[in-house]
Amino acid sequence: MNDLPPITQPLPTKHQAVISMVSGPVLKARPASLFSMNELVEVGEERLVGEVISLDGELATIQVYENTSGIGPGTPVHGLGLPLYVELGPGLIGTIFDGIQRPLQYLHQQWGDFIHRGRIGAPLDRERLWGFSPLLSTGEQVAGGDILGELTESEIVTHRVLVPPEVKGTLERIVPPGNYTLDDLIARVRTSAGNSHDLKLFHRWPVRKIRPCRKRLIPAEPLITGQRVIDTFFPLAKGGTAAIPGGFGTGKTITQHQLTKWTDADIIVYIGCGERGNEMTGVLTDLPQLIDPRSGHPLIERTILIANTSDMPVAAREASIYTGITIAEYYRDMGYDVALMADSTSRWAEALREISGRLEEMPAEEGFPAYLASRLAAFYERAGQVITLGNSKGSVTLIGAVSPPGGDFSEPVTMHTKRFVQCFWALDKEMASARYFPAINYLQSYSGYSRQVEPWWRKKVGAGWLELRDNAMNILQEDAKLQNIVKLLGEEALPDDQKRIIEGARLLKNDFLQQSAFDAIDTYAGPQKQFLLLEIILHFFDRLAEVVSARIPLFRALELPVVVEIHRLKFTLKGDDPAPFHAVREQIDREIDTLLQRQQKSSFGITDVRTGE
Amino acid sequence: MGNRSKGSVLEYIGLERINGPLLVVQGVKGAGFDEQVEIVVPNDQPRHGRVLSISDEVAVIEVFEGTSGLNQASTRVRFLGRPFEIVVSREEVLGRVFDGLGQPLDGGPIPCRGERRDINGFPINPVARAYPEEFIQTGISAIDGMNTLVRGQKLPIFSGSGLAHNELAAQIVRQARLLADDEGFAVIFAAMGVRHDEAEGFRQSFEESGVLKNVAMYLNLADDPAVERLITPRVALTAAEHLAFDEGMHVLVILTDMTNYCEALREVATSKGEVPSRKGYPGYLYSDLASIYERAGRLQDRAGSVPQIPILTMPDDDITHPIPDLTGYITEGQIVLDRSLAGKSVYPPINVLPSLSRLMSDGIGAGRTREDHQNIANQLYAAYSRAREAQRLASIVGEEDISATDKLYLRLAKEFEQRFLGQGRDENRTIRETLDLAWELVMLLPEQELSRLKPADIDKYGRKPTGWGEQTFSEKERE
Repeated sequence: MNDLPPITQPLPTKHQAVISMVSGPVLKARPASLFSMNELVEVGEERLVGEVISLDGELATIQVYENTSGIGPGTPVHGLGLPLYVELGPGLIGTIFDGIQRPLQYLHQQWGDFIHRGRIGAPLDRERLWGFSPLLSTGEQVAGGDILGELTESEIVTHRVLVPPEVKGTLERIVPPGNYTLDDLIARVRTSAGNSHDLKLFHRWPVRKIRPCRKRLIPAEPLITGQRVIDTFFPLAKGGTAAIPGGFGTGKTITQHQLTKWTDADIIVYIGCGERGNEMTGVLTDLPQLIDPRSGHPLIERTILIANTSDMPVAAREASIYTGITIAEYYRDMGYDVALMADSTSRWAEALREISGRLEEMPAEEGFPAYLASRLAAFYERAGQVITLGNSKGSVTLIGAVSPPGGDFSEPVTMHTKRFVQCFWALDKEMASARYFPAINYLQSYSGYSRQVEPWWRKKVGAGWLELRDNAMNILQEDAKLQNIVKLLGEEALPDDQKRIIEGARLLKNDFLQQSAFDAIDTYAGPQKQFLLLEIILHFFDRLAEVVSARIPLFRALELPVVVEIHRLKFTLKGDDPAPFHAVREQIDREIDTLLQRQQKSSFGITDVRTGE
Repeated sequence: MGNRSKGSVLEYIGLERINGPLLVVQGVKGAGFDEQVEIVVPNDQPRHGRVLSISDEVAVIEVFEGTSGLNQASTRVRFLGRPFEIVVSREEVLGRVFDGLGQPLDGGPIPCRGERRDINGFPINPVARAYPEEFIQTGISAIDGMNTLVRGQKLPIFSGSGLAHNELAAQIVRQARLLADDEGFAVIFAAMGVRHDEAEGFRQSFEESGVLKNVAMYLNLADDPAVERLITPRVALTAAEHLAFDEGMHVLVILTDMTNYCEALREVATSKGEVPSRKGYPGYLYSDLASIYERAGRLQDRAGSVPQIPILTMPDDDITHPIPDLTGYITEGQIVLDRSLAGKSVYPPINVLPSLSRLMSDGIGAGRTREDHQNIANQLYAAYSRAREAQRLASIVGEEDISATDKLYLRLAKEFEQRFLGQGRDENRTIRETLDLAWELVMLLPEQELSRLKPADIDKYGRKPTGWGEQTFSEKERE
């Protein structure tokens, strides 16, 4: 039954705890002896969901995931005997949950446009039938992580039904192929101790507990995002960690959305943590319409959304990050590459701060609790490429947006995040103001993976990728130095060889780094296109050196028709076919050669440089 | 609420402590968190409050009207057994003036027909929202052209003391209404700590433009109790939600000044002895502001919409101050007013560079405004940003010594500020006029500089290309 709460055991009545204090989402109940740490509880007749977060003498402190208005001392609290958990099974894909895995679509159907408290639904649809085909047979030895069988969860995702991590023994019974609901028993495992486990299509897992794996690997494969500044300059690896910090209006959310749409992960988990409701609605309306370039199916069919918008209760915001990462780990265990976007981790940190403040804990920096750093570290450590318990390869890549107050990167959340991530994509207010997107500041950003993913690029795309990237980076660095002079004296004051750096950097900035999320073609650039585009720009830049050393005024080269062609490449070509790129390259050579030849002639006094005649 | 039934009243006499706006009552049994409270004082109007925290020992209550004159022994506190609620109905709300708690100020009857509603509202299920994408023409170029407002959006005005935010907001109200018919349009005006003359200015402006019968004003003025401001926006939004989602109206909500609201929040938090975060504001300032701003929007199955224009004055014009900063993280963009533009007598003094409308790209384009809108806006942004660089350079080396291109940019900046940004207080430009003006300005630049524009659009809306431009782009390539 879908309208029953996930837990339907009878409530204990003999020993009952009662509330003794309420302050916002935090309440205290006594006696504490009835609870254990991180236990899930239900408060009052409306059965508001909460979690025990500290036990101290007589009093248990509980954070409540719903509005506590009207709750007062004397209200009963029941412990449920298990920690905050998520349900892992088919039906996750394409669904939107709140921070504690309540299915928002179902709540909408059932209770209308607004979220009222105490109204819950089973996270996964209990009535839907899934066509399960077993891969194991009776009598086989199984252990946690083994694949019992498969079913089609969406057009693109095959759901592998796993033996839960802690189960090990002999497969006593397994159902034949057929349609089953989540509540049907599909297998029974007898352990060596003689106990038996009944397995269903889903199992539960505590959100704050890392799902085990066999071995962690060093990430070596890039996560292709189709965003040039990321893939080429600051690449992310499958199983890696990245942070996107930026003040408001710098394009964090758009960048996250772009990654959600275009990364080549198998599964995307998108957590809207304390963000705008309309943004989540935007994601919800976009994804079913956008087609995954690789599979040809709508992107929603590989996406799981978790939305705890800023007006939803703050404690559930804290939990939403864990709910998301646990779901990500579950698909990783099936052998998939999962990318998790958390927008924004600052809101999560603020939720920690808010709860901590209500607990009257001693604050550290800017009112954040002292355990902020260790919580952040523990979260990012759940990323990684692993050999799963079932001996396949899977990964969880974490991309966390950070919203530093005032755009100041020295604040605690950004600072600590920087310590734990390998990739740092710093968003820049100035660039965003000039509508230069993605506003990733190439001087402040870094990636620890560019050397690790180099072999992949060399093998899959072309030799010399790293050299191209490093050359381009050098030009940009040189340009940054020269810009200091330009700011004071103007571009005109520079000699042509330095102007060439400025112009080269301008080409890189405008025609490579800048990428429009709203242009049908430019929104996604595959590795091949990125490589070809960068090669062309750098080739033109190299040829400019000849122009300068022939003492031809630089502007003459910049007025060549081919420059417009270069500008247009990113908007017109998808990059599957290198031929048009080669044509432009030849055009560069042809036009520069002509320019050089004319100059040669004119230096013999045959033509006038000005008119070219 | 223990075993109490909803709405049953508990009454206590005597206060344990009075501290700033807070009362502490001892030994309360059966009351709940966030419950509404009435404070009965001998020989005076009853005051209102709500429970901020409650334990076995004490209940902490904030009093909206302030605690001045209260006495520890004789004050009676009535716990009303329900959260703060108001009664709303279209007939009894529109055309009226209320105080910050929703009590009539115009001598009319206290609203009593209609539904009682919790002023805190409920979070909107993101699944139920409709993505805002209907263009609202405000007639102001800097907004329509570059930071487009759409139905259901929350777009604050970040201003500074003495800047023309009130005039701008009033102009938006006057001009934006033209798109909806009179019946379906309403304005909810919530004032928090604003001066009498500002509130009066708004009233007059509504009256002159003939919308007064579609306006409800909730006024907490500068000399009204500060704590009452915590209630005012919630009362106003409760009314707005009713009009929009039950009556199907398009309700523009103006909240001014959010800075005063935040100060009141800080005052209460400090009195409670909470651990402060930035600049003394409580750690939950973000969540609290979100509970106001997120009440803007549109729903899929209901006709109306609630767009919000909160106004806030940035203390010391500092956009990184926690109030504008957190607001910017919640709202869908911001319109930033600028003192130096105001100094050049540009009205409205909107600095477009830090301004932003996040929902713009979905509300514009072919079929909504015009196909070239996004690109021309981007181009104007890029050009104006570059022009500001040129201005900086010119101020160092002198206007004579900058490059010819930079000189063109200087000219563009000047014309942009005077003709595009600047407009009359009654000038209502159509989106066409705005976009054509934008084209006229960017065409001051040579075509190589126009990297954000499509060649085909330059042909169509800008001047005809000359020289190489014509030869390079064949008809086919333009597609």
